[in-house]
Amino acid sequence: MALIAMITGFLLILIGLYGALSNRNILRMIVAFSVANTGVNMVLVAVGYMKGRTAPILDEAVPAAEAAARIIDPVPQALVLTAIVIGVGVTALMLAYAYKLYQKKGSLDISEHTELKW
Amino acid sequence: MIKRLTLLLLLAGIGSLFAGLVMTYVPDETLNLTASYYAERTAEDLGAANIVTAIIVTYRGLDTLGEVTVLFLTAAIVGLVLSQSRGRSQSTGRTQDNMASEDELTPPPTTQRQLPPPGELLTTGTRLLLPLILLFGAYVFSHGHLTPGGGFQGGAILASAMLLLLLSNPARRFGHRLITLVESTAGISFVFIGILGILLAGGFLDNRILPTGTFGELFSAGAIPLIYTLVGLKVGAEFSSMLVSLSETEEL
Repeated sequence: MALIAMITGFLLILIGLYGALSNRNILRMIVAFSVANTGVNMVLVAVGYMKGRTAPILDEAVPAAEAAARIIDPVPQALVLTAIVIGVGVTALMLAYAYKLYQKKGSLDISEHTELKW
Repeated sequence: MIKRLTLLLLLAGIGSLFAGLVMTYVPDETLNLTASYYAERTAEDLGAANIVTAIIVTYRGLDTLGEVTVLFLTAAIVGLVLSQSRGRSQSTGRTQDNMASEDELTPPPTTQRQLPPPGELLTTGTRLLLPLILLFGAYVFSHGHLTPGGGFQGGAILASAMLLLLLSNPARRFGHRLITLVESTAGISFVFIGILGILLAGGFLDNRILPTGTFGELFSAGAIPLIYTLVGLKVGAEFSSMLVSLSETEEL
């Protein structure tokens, strides 16, 4: 189960990289980066998964005394929670810069923006 | 053609690296040292039922403060970049998107593209759903120590209410003043609670400045619900300000 999620995550990273490198349109590149970001998050969550265990929330089903033997690793989940939020911020920044570039050149084609090309 | 070939070669290389990682991956049988410490000590020390929340708000609280700061910077930069470009486009007269009167709904000037009025269904639906979405967001961030959820998720839900408002009437303009006020108040209170932790309890952002209460109840886990409420308000305000900044670029 964790293996499927992990392979899917790695595939999403590859798809995102392919999309970001092969598209000329800036908006499509941003979408591709979001896909790759989702892939990274999936891989991280899959690493924390352990067979036959449950979510790291203590209640009647998972008493605190036997928590260490019943729950999955909570650290990757906390990490991914952070990563998702930062991912949203990065996407918003990319969109803002894309708007700015569009305003300057009237085009979202990356080959029109040659200032940093060498 | 040669570009595409290089790209495929590059992806094949990265893919083989990933394949090596997957092939040799052996899932852990037991929790590692850090995770088992968190699993064993959380309920006893902090009184929080959700261990992920305990890690984010208390054990790694400083990181969360940094994360919130990164979000704040992002929102500020988005606002800065977009407001600069708005000012320039006004001066060159390319757009007339300059109705930034605060806190009130300005009708789009008649010279511009006329938007069709939002339908009755959308208006009524927004009015019906908005309080429910806000209530759900508040529920999610105030129960962060008991259920899956917390400040970041609840804040995103609050911002989705803002998104619904903007979708139902794209010409609506919000004052940035209220958003900034909520955001800065929440941020300062977050740091203040952290400093109280140094004075009254074990260290910065220690949640035991308030009694940990009965395990599993709403008013338990010390300052965690308080901190997560502040984080929720702050994240909601930051996402809202990004949404408002992006929506103001729309040329009506």
